[in-house]
Amino acid sequence: MARIRVLVGTRKGAFVLTADGTRDDWKVDGPHFGGWEVFHVNGSPADPDRLYASQSSGWAGQVVQRSDDGGVSWEPVGNEFVYDGVPGTHQWYDGTPHPWEFARVWHFEPAPHDPDVVFAGVEDAGLFRTTDGGRSWAELPALRTHSSGQHWQPGGGGLCLHTILIDPADTDRMYVAVSAAGAFRTDDGGASWRPINKGLRSPYLPDEDAEVGHCVHKLAFHPTRPDVVFMQKHWDVMRTDDAGELWTEVSGNLPSDFGFPISVHAHEPDTVYVVPITSDVEHYPPDGRLRVARSRTGGNDWELLTKGLPQKNCYVDVLRDAMAVDALDPCGVYFGTTGGDVYASADGGDTWAAIVEHLPAVLSVEVQTLP
Amino acid sequence: MTTIRVALPGHLRTLAGIDGDVVVEVSDQPTIADVLDALESRYPVLRGTIREHVTLRRRAFMRYFACEEDLSHEPPDTPVPGPVVAGQGVFRVVGAIAGG
Repeated sequence: MARIRVLVGTRKGAFVLTADGTRDDWKVDGPHFGGWEVFHVNGSPADPDRLYASQSSGWAGQVVQRSDDGGVSWEPVGNEFVYDGVPGTHQWYDGTPHPWEFARVWHFEPAPHDPDVVFAGVEDAGLFRTTDGGRSWAELPALRTHSSGQHWQPGGGGLCLHTILIDPADTDRMYVAVSAAGAFRTDDGGASWRPINKGLRSPYLPDEDAEVGHCVHKLAFHPTRPDVVFMQKHWDVMRTDDAGELWTEVSGNLPSDFGFPISVHAHEPDTVYVVPITSDVEHYPPDGRLRVARSRTGGNDWELLTKGLPQKNCYVDVLRDAMAVDALDPCGVYFGTTGGDVYASADGGDTWAAIVEHLPAVLSVEVQTLP
Repeated sequence: MTTIRVALPGHLRTLAGIDGDVVVEVSDQPTIADVLDALESRYPVLRGTIREHVTLRRRAFMRYFACEEDLSHEPPDTPVPGPVVAGQGVFRVVGAIAGG
């Protein structure tokens, strides 16, 4: 029977949750790196026991941890993230120039076919890569040095590169997203990038359909259909059918189209999940009801999934990297809250249950389906 | 050569797998930079956690104390106080106090 491993990053450490394919009985292991913020933990598709964790603190900076045994033991590896060349400036919140400064790794995306190759999305926004299992990191500078880079501004969480999607059939094609610059695509393995934000509208910008400046919160695609990408933007849920050439809004009947994570069902490329959040000021669910919204039509028509989720007095948030799916059938869906609970559905979202409660605030959730 | 006793904050001791204080070997008239160089040489995992990579600037929320003095804003080539060199004091790396 298949096994499931859920990798949870929190404000005060990492946790590894495991269960068999029934997904009924969960073992909780952790905290790893207790007391440190763990922005992301992710596993290699090529070797699921190879994990990478982003461990950081405001005091001691960035540490990268690697596991070769599925999270049982960990080894610190390289933590030197140095921008290529003279980094220059981006815009600060008030529009003044601000030097590019590395703060932390937000997201690790291991390459599909080699466990030693990993991409790291960092704050201030840049893309780094290791080819030696995390021992050393080098920037792919073409993204940050794009002509628009000097105009990028941080979102509320900082100027962070938080999403990296690699087309599994053509690994030279990648999408990344930066808050608050927007979405970008490379077709040549990161040698060059271009903004793909046409169709986005952001009224908080002087030019609401500007080429860059949009606060994209998360991107998701189905690996068999990489030209169709879904986006949870600051406000608005968006979809492109042509690899980002044009986005159209698919918020439809959502109670709020503000939110952070977005995920795609493992076997139904048009089934999409978001978690509606009240507003950019009120980072909690509308009406104190924690609901996952599911569209089976690739957007526009959404149903609110509530069974097993708190439906009163719930004022948690679900952050951008805190939702994931497994590959079983029926598909499992998982998300973690800033209240420290991780919820799972073993039936595609119809019913939910907390698989662990009272952790520190959850920053990220990734799911591995193991043989 | 002489030895300097260094005290680290708890989360860095955990990271480096250290119990208690650390003793590092340095030249007879060591500077702050010498002590930190020796510490990072012995425990490479600490590189980047006390001082930034490349610039070797002290991270903003890390402080250096010795002999009841705050050495945090002294230049890196500042000599370590005599009592610490003589083994009568500890060079302390301290995380600035804040909430959270």
